[in-house]
Parts: sequence; structure tokens; C-alpha cells
Amino acid sequence: MSLDQDTVKQIAHLARIKLSEDRIKPMQEDLNRILHFIDQLNEVETGSTEAIAGVNTPAMPMRDDRVTDGDKVQDILQNAPEVACNMFVVPKVVE
Amino acid sequence: MTNHYFYEGTTGPWELVIGLEVHAQVISQSKLFSGAATAFGAEPNTQVSFVDAAMPGMLPVINKICVEEAVRTGLGINAEINLVSIFDRKNYFYADLPSGYQISQNDRPIVGKGHLDIELEDGTTRRICITRLHLEQDAGKSIHDQHPEKSYIDLNRCGVALMEIVSEPDIRSSEEAAAYVRKLRSIVRCLGTCDGNMDQGSMRVDVNVSVRKPGSSLGTRAEIKNVNSIKFLAQAIDYEAERQVALLEDGGEVLQETRLFDSAKGTTRPMRSKEHAHDYRYFPDPDLPPLVLDAAWVEGIRKTMPELPDAKKARLMKDYELPAYDASIIVAETETAAYFEAAVKALKSRDSKAVKLLANWLIGDLFGALNREDKTLDTCPISEIHLAGLVDQIVEGVISGKIAKDVFVRMWETGKDAASLIEEHGLKQVSDEGAILSIVDKILDENPKMVEEYKSGKDKLFGFFVGQVMKATEGKASPEVVNKLLKEKLG
Amino acid sequence: MTNLAVKPSLKNDLIHLTLAEARRGLEKKNFSAVELTKAYLDSMEEHRHLNAYILETPEQALEGAKECDARLAKGEGRSLEGIPLAMKDLFCTKGIQTTAASHILEGFIPPYESTVSDNLTKAGTITLGKTNMDEFAMGSANITSYFGNVISPWKRADGKDLTPGGSSGGTAAAVAGGLAVAGTGTDTGGSIRQPAAFSGLVGLKPTYGRCSRWGTVAFASSLDQAGPITRDVRDSALMLKVMAGHDSKDATSAHVEVPDFAKALELGVKGLKVGIPKEYHLEGMPEDILNLWDQGKKWLTDAGAELVDISLPHTKYSLPTYYVLAPAEASSNLARYDGVRYGLRVPGRTLDELYENTRSEGFGEEVQRRILIGTYVLSAGYYDAYYLKAQKVRRLVTQDFELAYQKVDVILTPTTPSAAFALDEKPTDPVVMYLNDVLTVPANLAGLPAISVPAGFSKDNLPLGLQLIGPAFDENVLFRTARVLEDAAQFKSFLRGHVS
Repeated sequence: MSLDQDTVKQIAHLARIKLSEDRIKPMQEDLNRILHFIDQLNEVETGSTEAIAGVNTPAMPMRDDRVTDGDKVQDILQNAPEVACNMFVVPKVVE
Repeated sequence: MTNHYFYEGTTGPWELVIGLEVHAQVISQSKLFSGAATAFGAEPNTQVSFVDAAMPGMLPVINKICVEEAVRTGLGINAEINLVSIFDRKNYFYADLPSGYQISQNDRPIVGKGHLDIELEDGTTRRICITRLHLEQDAGKSIHDQHPEKSYIDLNRCGVALMEIVSEPDIRSSEEAAAYVRKLRSIVRCLGTCDGNMDQGSMRVDVNVSVRKPGSSLGTRAEIKNVNSIKFLAQAIDYEAERQVALLEDGGEVLQETRLFDSAKGTTRPMRSKEHAHDYRYFPDPDLPPLVLDAAWVEGIRKTMPELPDAKKARLMKDYELPAYDASIIVAETETAAYFEAAVKALKSRDSKAVKLLANWLIGDLFGALNREDKTLDTCPISEIHLAGLVDQIVEGVISGKIAKDVFVRMWETGKDAASLIEEHGLKQVSDEGAILSIVDKILDENPKMVEEYKSGKDKLFGFFVGQVMKATEGKASPEVVNKLLKEKLG
Repeated sequence: MTNLAVKPSLKNDLIHLTLAEARRGLEKKNFSAVELTKAYLDSMEEHRHLNAYILETPEQALEGAKECDARLAKGEGRSLEGIPLAMKDLFCTKGIQTTAASHILEGFIPPYESTVSDNLTKAGTITLGKTNMDEFAMGSANITSYFGNVISPWKRADGKDLTPGGSSGGTAAAVAGGLAVAGTGTDTGGSIRQPAAFSGLVGLKPTYGRCSRWGTVAFASSLDQAGPITRDVRDSALMLKVMAGHDSKDATSAHVEVPDFAKALELGVKGLKVGIPKEYHLEGMPEDILNLWDQGKKWLTDAGAELVDISLPHTKYSLPTYYVLAPAEASSNLARYDGVRYGLRVPGRTLDELYENTRSEGFGEEVQRRILIGTYVLSAGYYDAYYLKAQKVRRLVTQDFELAYQKVDVILTPTTPSAAFALDEKPTDPVVMYLNDVLTVPANLAGLPAISVPAGFSKDNLPLGLQLIGPAFDENVLFRTARVLEDAAQFKSFLRGHVS
């Protein structure tokens, strides 16, 4: 499969990465090279093989329901670029 | 009766097709994947761990109680429990979603198909099928009113465990939708898995509404997000049905879109931030192994299930011959059922007459008083035992039903029990025939004209004589004795 | 004849001791932890042009060294007391900037310590600084770092600057160049083994689940594993013993015992069945690589091992599988870098603009490419064809190994298809660059432990490594086999040049 430029723009928007006009074509070419490489997978007969998400996976460990964390608002906010009233600040979001 | 389910347009009837997604916050001390607290109303960002803030390298570890409560809820809605389920990432960018994905369950939820039965006002019952229940994280909160150009982000809610319970599109009216949510709420409250507080957001409803001509295929649906009361749910559905029908009858078409309910105007409007169709790119969360449950563990939960509203209702109807209507109201809220059952236990006589009387006092006078004074059973000044005591006094003939209303008011005001108030205020019913007879004689003597009219066939006047006697005894005379004596005297 | 550009001077042979030797010297009080640390700090200053460290932390290091000396004086030295280490800048370090070599995390000071770095510190190690790497560990040449390329301490005859390999290139350059006794790396597709091979070092990727991932900046969560880069096999065993262990904060962390790996070192390979997978014999593989592989086989048979020809039929598809799964996971893992809670923010009029500006300026070209590929393979309509397909092939790759381990104890292959290349020879086609990982990626997909041991030299006199792949949680078989190769290759003494 190969990507057209509209699809590249669409994916870039989904991933929230701004691609200036001059970057679209080279990015398209790179992505298509990679996709072409990936397309080798089509040669593999996977028939009834079940997908796996991970390996050596243990049983899901579960924690007890206790409050063991939180109450560290300064640690949470200390790296933030903009803070007010102990909250993170972003441009106005319209719902 | 099918008319009930149709919306009458100018081109004939339209059928409403409604599916609900209920988000119910799991009752837990800490979050689904972090040890931060879940309490409502804390100072901003004080209940946030590094995991919730999606700091680099942070990893989720699941809270066992949330898994247990999802299973318990699943059993409560008669659903299959999936012994293997998978947590997926639902990817999208949003201000209150720090990691850029929500951990949810897509293909393999913890709970599969189930159902619940709803009772409608006309006395009929309908079965609504449930597609699934899955566990997922709540998002944080964006605050828009603090600054003209900025939104502030509080992550306290972020990561709190939610159960998303998805119904089939089986619902046909706003009444059914409301009954479904009420039923679901009574079940989760009874199970103790969700507090059902819609005003605090611990239960929220997304509504999918479409309309179609009867018998035709499904219409395009609109999704109304985050409806936070049952009243609004019904309003939103009615408005949306009207809007869609008007649109279609006008030759327009319904857009598949996400809308918001405006509770002030009672209308819905498109949500601006969701203009673009989402592509959530679900995939299994590589930080979390599959959740494998032990069948014996699930059975252990099943064994500790409390009696659910439907079973309780059936029992109340069978044991006390309570009418279905009374029983439904009593079991709708766990607190009501608990209050009622404690009161029944305290009754001296538990025959069906006494129990029915108790139900009447609970549903009528007590609920009325609670509503008027904006109280709940938790803050009710009349205890279960006291209400039972009042009913005892009526059943035993110590006071009449009428005096009981007075005693009830005094109980409400003082918190005292009925017997002492009756004693204190001398409200005991007079059943002594001699004492009442002298009053009856006096009344008949004072009203010779009326006696004459009665005897000449004006039967209605009987009530006048009863009233006069009761007035003279300050309502304390036994109505039965008064009736008997008057009948004897007037022939 | 050594090509190691960093010439050890006699006055400073401290910087060429192995971890075990340094630890012994400290215990015997031949030198103090402060002296050892100072020697490294001096060396770091002298060789700053290698750009091995993004951040040097001399004050903390010396402070830590003093505490180590106090403990050593009381005879209370812990297992790695006083050992100065290089910490890959992917491990979050409390109060110390952690960047993953990305502009988007520049200035980020974690208020927490990763489990692996915490384990090391608690065993007495001293952190000299945070080492350079490929941005978010995405790369095989350490040329995608926002903080500049790392230059290998090794030189080719033509004098060109070489890559130390990647993504743990800073740690590899530091350990090879005498800028740290040993160091930490992470390996998602070869990021420990390949730079170790290029730099003449021992690099171990442990079994998936052996080391906690908590507090390590994630690249591809189902593949990432932390591990040591060291000067010899013993050091690798000593480091892993400390780095590994179950962590209740990581749901994928394995509940298995951590053996005393050093005990396996001298077991030898007598009677061991060593698998030679025919699919690792790549078309056009350079002769020096093939010769090295043959040499390795001979060393092992000479030591009493038995060679078994095996087939891992899906090897060819490992790399394309990896380039679906790793970017897919990365596209999601890297969504949190959005300019809101930490790191770089590039303003925008709307929140979406802020996201797009921040991520476009904050992420480098290769990271953006992988995020876009990952986003695409997960998007509606392509999930089944790419992501699901790759997950299925991953199972087949894993099954290949399972079958092989019914017949053999360990597998021997070359680590890389070539020696280190010059920085100005880097390929422009991203896919050509990806081929660097062709021999290392299968072990990540299957979650198996694998080690690269320096075993010889290329035709250009650059180091080459042999890779051993073991069954899950059997790092011991790697250590005992690697020791035999190391002994036979006599590489260790060679690396140390004329110090000894």
C-alpha cells in the first residue's frame, strides 16, 4: 500500500504533528519506503495464528484498594510550562 | 398500547430508537490504575499521582476492587462474565486526557451480554438487553470559566474507575430510558458498586437517539453526551426526537454527530470540539497483561450477592401481599427498602393489612415530608421503629387514622415515638360506648331538624352527625363506635 | 595496532579497570571511591568531544563517592559500592534532568527515580551523568539525538568519526572510552547489543520482564528492556543481578527469582547444544562477519559444546514486524508529550495548534516518521492488515524459538551485519538504516535474553560482536557461553590496550 499526500496530512493531524507544506512530499516518500518494507508481511501465511500483544506476560497483578499516592500537587505541577490556581493552563477549549 | 412508543409527526407516526451508554463510577478508595484518592470535591490536582499525570515512564497497575465490582455489577444485570478480558488504549488528544489515550476495553470487555427488566407506568414490564459492561478510566476536568482565553485543567478525576454499561438499541421512549436508568441505578446502589449520584457525576449517560418509520431500517443516530439527571435524560430524548422528526419531515437529514444537552434551554446542540470524526486507534495496552479471572473467584462473588431489587420486590409481594406498585417504589432505592424492612420487623403485627398500612405511610406521608423539607431517609427525624410504632397504634385502635396524621406531624417535629406523644397530648381514641353515647344524644338533641330530614330520606346527613360527634370529641372518638351508635339511634 | 582513539595513560589506569577489578580495589583500599570518580570525571572532561553525556553530574557524583568511602571505611560496602556508572538518559532520575535526548523533554526534572537506577544506587553505584542516545531510543547510530551525535572512541584507518551504534550509543562510547566503568542501556530492537558490538563491549538485553520498566521513558512497551553495557561478561552478570527483580509497579515485571548470575560464569559449555540458525546467514553478509561467526562456532566446539543446525523460518519477517509494532506502540506512548504538563511548549492559538506546534518542533525527524507510521498502522481500515498481521507474525517468530529450544540450549549468531560506519556515511533511506537491527530484533519480539560479546575485528580493524540468544529467563546460559567466547577471543585484554 502507499500513501497519498492527503492521507499523510490526515495522519499528521491525528498524531498532532504539524507538517509544513515543504515537508509533506519527503515525508510521504519516507513513509512509503517504510510501508513498502512492511508489506513483506503479506508473504507470511498467518491463517489461524492468534495475535499476541506481548510475551512472557505474567498474570495480571492486582493492587489492594488503598490510597497510597497523590497529595503532591507541587511535584505534579513543577515541570509545567503554565500553571494557575494549582492547575495546568491551556488555550481555551470549546466544547 | 403500541401507540405509546410512537412519536406523531405530520407525516404519520415515527418510532424512536434509543440506546444508552451509562458511565457509572466504581466505588473505590483509589483509582483504577493508581493509588491516588477518588474523593469528590478535593482541591485541584491534590488527588493526582505521577501515573495520572502521565509522567514519562509511569505504568498502570489495576485496582482489584474495581475488577470485583465490575464482576458483581455484571452478575447484577444477569450478564456473562468473561474470564479473559483485555485492556486497550483508546487514542485521542484532549486537554483532560494527559496520556493521550484512555485505558478502556474494546473487543474483549470484562462483562458480556446481559439484560434488565423495567416497569412502566401502565404496569407493563419490558426487557432491555445489555450489550456489555467494561472498565475504563475517567478523564480529568477542564475548567472554562476562570479566564477569558484559557482553560484550566484539574486531573483529580483522571483515572477514576468507570463502568461503561452499554444497552442494545431496545429503548423506545423517554419514559423507558428513564426507567432503565432508574433500574440500573437501583441495582448498582443495592450492590454497592456505584453510588449513583448523578449530580456529582458518578453516573452519567450518553444517549444515542434515532427515529425511523415503523418497520423500516435504523435511522442515523445522534449521540448526546454527558446527560446528568434522569429529568434531563427524558427532556433530551424528547427534544432530540422532535428535532429529528421535524428535520426529516422537512426533507432534511440527520447528521451522525455528537451533541450536548443544554439543561437551561432544554435543547441539544452539536459539540464543536468533536467536529472531526475520531479514529481512536484502539490496540491492546502493552503495559497490562490480559485480565484472567478464576471461575471459582467469580462464583465466590455470586454467592455474596445481596438480594437485588427484582427479587426483593417479588418477595415483598409474596410475603406481605403488597401491590406491585408499592413494592416497586420500595425497592427502587436500597435505602427505602432497608428502611421499610426494618420498620416491618419492628411491627407488632406483621399481617398484610399492617404492612400495607406501613407502606402507605412510608410512600405517602413520610416521602411527602422528606420532599417538602429536602431531607433523605438518612436525615429523616422519624426512625423505622417509630414509624412502625405509629402503625401499631392505628392497628391496635389506640388512635384513628386521622389523629395519626397529627401524631405524625408531632413525631416529625420532636423525634419522639407515637405512644409517648399520644400519652403526652391525650390523643388516645375514645371507644367507651357510654361516654360516646352521651355525646351522640347531645348532638341529636341539638339538631332536631336535621334528624327529621335524615329520617325522611336524606341519607347524606349521616356524615354530618359523624362529623359533629368527632368534632365534639376532638377527633378522639372511635369512628367505628360512633357509626354503630348513630345507626342505632337514627334507626 | 589498537584503533581505540582514547589512549590510556599510565597515570590514569583507573579508568580502564573492569567493574569487578574496581570493586576489589575499593575493598582493598588501593584507591578510594572519590579517587576513582575523579579519574572518570577528568576523563569525561578530556573527552567531551565524544558527546557521550547529555548531562554530567560531577557534584552529585563526588558527593555520592564520599558516602561510598564512608561505608567502605566501615566495612559496609554494598555489592556495587563506589562504582561510577553512565546512566542512559532514558532512565528518570529524581531531581536530575531526563530528556530521552529529545527537545520535547528538555529541562524536564523528574520528581521520581526509575526502578532500575534506584536499584543501582541502592547497591552503591555513583552516577556520573546522563548519557546521550538516539531520541526516544529510536535509532541505531546515535544520530537522532537533539543533543548531537555521539562519536565512537574507536577510529578507522581513514580517521573518520564513527558511530558508536545506537540507541544506547552514549553509554557505549562512555564505557569504551574510559568515561564510566559500566553503564545502563535499553534495548527495544538491539539498542544495547548493537552499540556494544560496535564499541567492543559486552551488551546484555535481559529477558522481557526481568528488569522493571517503571520510570524508564517508554518507546515500545512490549519490547523495551533495560540492561547493562560493560567491559566484560562478569561485569554484565554483576550489573544484571542488581538491575533485575520483580517490581509491583510494573504489571509486566516477572515474578521470578534473580539468581546469582556470576556463579554461572565458570560453568563452561561442555555438552551444551548450540543452535546455528541458517536464516541468520544473510544474503550478501560480509566475509569478516561470516568468518567471525565460524570462529565463534569453533571456539565453542573446542570448549566441548555441540553445534546443531536449526531453522528459525520467520527470521526474515522479524524486522518488518518490528517496524509495525514498535512505531504503533510508540505513537501512543509519545502522545503524552503535548506541551501541557512538562517539557517544551510551543504556543498556539488553540489547544490543537499548541499540540501540533509543540510536537512538530519538539520531536526530531525520525521520531516523527515513526509516530506517523505507528498512527497509520493503527488507523481505521489498516489495523487488520498491518497491526494485527504483525502480532500474528510475532507469534510465529516466538514459536520458531520455542521449537528451537526443544533441541538446543543456546543460539549463536553475529550481532550486527557489519561493523560501525562513519557518521558521514549514514544512509539516507530510513529502511537501510533499519537493517542494522536485522539480527537483534527477533530476540526482542520473542522476549528472549540475548548478549553481544566482543569477539573479533572487521577488515577495517573495528570491533565485531557475536550474539548469544537464550531461552526466557535463562540468562545463565548466556553468561557461561559468553565467558567461553570472551576467553577464547582474548578481547578483554586487547580492549584494555597497553595498560596491563
